[in-house]
Amino acid sequence: MSHMDHLEVVGKSILKKESPDKATGRAKYTGDYTESGLLHAAMVTSSYAHANILNIDTSAAWQVKGVRTILTGEDSHVLTGEEIRDRPIIAKDRVRFFGETVAVVVADTEAAAKQAAYSMIVQYEPLQVVNSPTQAIRKGAPLVHPNLGQYKAADGVNPIPGTNVASLIKIRKGQMEKGWSDSEVVIENTVSFAPSDHAAMETRSAVAEIRPDGHIVIETSSQAPFAVKKYMGLYFNIEPGWIIVKTPFVGGGYGGKAAIQLEPIAYLASKAVGGRKVKIINTREEDMVTSPGHIGLEARVKLGSTSKGEITAAEIIYWFDGGAYNDKSSDVARAAAADCTGPYAINNLYCDCMTIYTNHPYASAYRGYGHAELTFAIERAMDALAEKLGMDPLELRTMNIVTPGDTSPTRNMLNSSNLGDLRECMRRLRNLSGWDEWKVKQVDANKVRSKGISCGWKNSSMDPNASSGAIVSFNPDGSLNLECGVVEIGTGTKTVLAQILAERMKLDPSQIHVKFTIDTAITPEHWKTVASRGTFMGGRAVLKAADDAIRQLLDIAGCVLRVDPEDLEVGWGKVFVRSDPAVHVDFKDICYGYTYPNGNSIGGQIIGRGHYIQRQMTYLNPETGEVGPEWNVSAQAVEIELDISDYNYKILKAISVIDAGKVLNPKGAEGQVMGAMSMGLSFGNRETFIFNDQGIVLNPTLRDYPLIRYGENPEYIVKFIENPCLEAPFGARALGEHGLIGMPAALASALSRAAGVHLNHLPLFPERIWRTKMRVPYDTV
Amino acid sequence: MRDGAHVVKIELYVNREGRSVVARPADTLLHILREELGLTGAKPGCNNGDCGACTVVMDGWPMKSCIMLAVEAAGRQVTTIEGLRDTPIQRAFAEKWAFQCGYCTPGFIMNCHALIQNRPDATDEIITDWLQSNICRCTGYKEISEAVKSVLVTGKDTL
Ligand code: FES
Ligand code: FES
Repeated sequence: MSHMDHLEVVGKSILKKESPDKATGRAKYTGDYTESGLLHAAMVTSSYAHANILNIDTSAAWQVKGVRTILTGEDSHVLTGEEIRDRPIIAKDRVRFFGETVAVVVADTEAAAKQAAYSMIVQYEPLQVVNSPTQAIRKGAPLVHPNLGQYKAADGVNPIPGTNVASLIKIRKGQMEKGWSDSEVVIENTVSFAPSDHAAMETRSAVAEIRPDGHIVIETSSQAPFAVKKYMGLYFNIEPGWIIVKTPFVGGGYGGKAAIQLEPIAYLASKAVGGRKVKIINTREEDMVTSPGHIGLEARVKLGSTSKGEITAAEIIYWFDGGAYNDKSSDVARAAAADCTGPYAINNLYCDCMTIYTNHPYASAYRGYGHAELTFAIERAMDALAEKLGMDPLELRTMNIVTPGDTSPTRNMLNSSNLGDLRECMRRLRNLSGWDEWKVKQVDANKVRSKGISCGWKNSSMDPNASSGAIVSFNPDGSLNLECGVVEIGTGTKTVLAQILAERMKLDPSQIHVKFTIDTAITPEHWKTVASRGTFMGGRAVLKAADDAIRQLLDIAGCVLRVDPEDLEVGWGKVFVRSDPAVHVDFKDICYGYTYPNGNSIGGQIIGRGHYIQRQMTYLNPETGEVGPEWNVSAQAVEIELDISDYNYKILKAISVIDAGKVLNPKGAEGQVMGAMSMGLSFGNRETFIFNDQGIVLNPTLRDYPLIRYGENPEYIVKFIENPCLEAPFGARALGEHGLIGMPAALASALSRAAGVHLNHLPLFPERIWRTKMRVPYDTV
Repeated sequence: MRDGAHVVKIELYVNREGRSVVARPADTLLHILREELGLTGAKPGCNNGDCGACTVVMDGWPMKSCIMLAVEAAGRQVTTIEGLRDTPIQRAFAEKWAFQCGYCTPGFIMNCHALIQNRPDATDEIITDWLQSNICRCTGYKEISEAVKSVLVTGKDTL
């Protein structure tokens, strides 16, 4: 018997189970499926950001050969939205952002559908445009949703009818008067950035069909197939059992594919053609503006501290630019509000967090869920405070960070399990970045190098009743199938879950067969593949399923070996007597039932099931808060080289130190963090929608919306510390988003130091640095 | 009324096999590979030449199949990811963790494959020059760099 100790599988860089499929082009994504008889849908989208629809002339479109149906806003009266039911599936009477779906054509071929869509003539009456949160909250601003008071809103969402405020969340703690009177130094800092995009390489797509028996089958490139099932049921008043959602591999999500948007369009289209299968696939331009993107922000942070640097008071106002429809933006804002101070212990706190309607493309979840955004606001203020105090910015942070015994902004008690060890992360960062050696230095006549730092924390911020389930079933050879609802969006989570299962069963991971495709008819529910929660929740469910299977194995082995199951153990494909391992029975002889020599048989296929629901989660109280369950932390740094002759700069190095709790798969974890860092740097350095004064997005293509490419990446340094979260499988904390969270702030910090100005507006185009330096006003685009 | 129904017959050589297809003159090579030949390894990421997800190898050189018409490919040797079997670059991508979601991967691998064939001694500058035509949104490019360098002659000793 080989000796496989505990934690033999977990903690190893086991190659991803999907690697052979992905390296050969065999991996199938939603858009890859085709079949004869499939119909294709194409959209007509709005060319205005805010306008009344006067008329849609479909006559030329109907002339195109192969057109089967044309849908407009008149064809559905359903309003959708997870937080506020404010969004028609197809715009009705009015468009509220550039790119909004105005009509949908269904035809025999993609070419015909597109040609018909191009032939459609839509007449608009332009309306005054709300082009930023500042404009939205001005007195007399046009209302994006005059009927806001009539919409249904979920618990915890607080719209203010008659305004453009989709939701207001207030966080209050301590006594502000005392906080301000204790303070000797006060700073105020404002930051902003416009909405941008997730830009996953796979554009979103969906296929819908209504079967003769009434089942609605939707295939979709979604991070949230179970939410699609739930909300489709809700929107169309269908019992969820009649809705089957399937999701194969997903080509990148980053939060953007957790939104429900193309699925209802595909369903309406299929319904209009008698239930035939209809496929819709976003063009890149549609994926960028028609489907939801990344939220924008304007924020003002006022901090008060003693002359020694102890922060005594904070007043924080966030105006999130959620765009034309609420989708998840008020929930992103809720998450930001709950962690509004960043990872600092501030006892006197006043925070108003608003989600604002504008005539911009609307926002859904985005990697970090409000945290990169709040971190940018807080960390820029921390730098301003350090400067005013004449303190080392790292010292100021270290002095104020949250530690066990502090309370969160929403007054949750923090301890070493529910809070990562930020002090240790910072200590490591200090060494790795060589912080004490230099912070800014002249390299030659024109080149200046500098470093910037940032600290971050994040709560998972999931719905209180989010759950996850897993089924493990045996094959006759004693190997196991693992089925769970985590979507494989590139995080490698299913491989990690296989490792967790292998660890518990003490099996080689090659003995675990993972099913990738989600089919909500049989796959146990996993709420959504978001919030870096797949490993935690899926892992807990898998452990429970493993234990369930083990119990069944022991029961039947107890009969076969005529011993008390209590005296048995599993491992290496066998069940054996703990005190005498030579007495054993192989999995393969019992996992499909056991047959005695005379033919008598007992048992049957062993199927283990497990589920997990987060404990002690509550709705956020709008006045005081309350959230859970745990906060994960990171400390990050960026080193840049700025050319002061033209303000071009290079990002030389980016460092992340993250409290991972326990690293389950080192290569996978490192890759997740580097990818997130790349995305965060891209967001800080170059990504934004460019709006003209009419709210039109001028750059909805990958040519004009440049992403970081090969060779533009810095050197990455990723380090983990392992301070376990006691509730997580093997102590593993979330880490898929933390690499992103501090990057924009650290980049701005480094560039501000090099340029000798305060850079508070993203993205940090060289031109923006030059304008700030030269005091040339920037257009508020 | 235009109905786009005018079609032509084209002889393609894809992955060393002759294939006859019927296409509209306006159909891109990417569209025909995917919809007519079922070779869905090449991906649409932008249909605009910006992302490289659709990259195939054409007579030995990388080509974005979304900005080439199928009719232009007639008589030329097209290799898609499905035409590669257990090549060093495919193994390197898996072993170096050079992908996450995998959507950009076929395009990257085809580009790298052509690079390795054409410039086995490529320097960092040349590698960057070639690979900048593709976008990966998931990784930070470090693993892709390690993968391609592990196969190139020049990179072998430095890793
Ligand atoms: S799909 Fe061809 S370059 Fe993007
Ligand atoms: S692996 Fe997802 S885009 Fe490259």
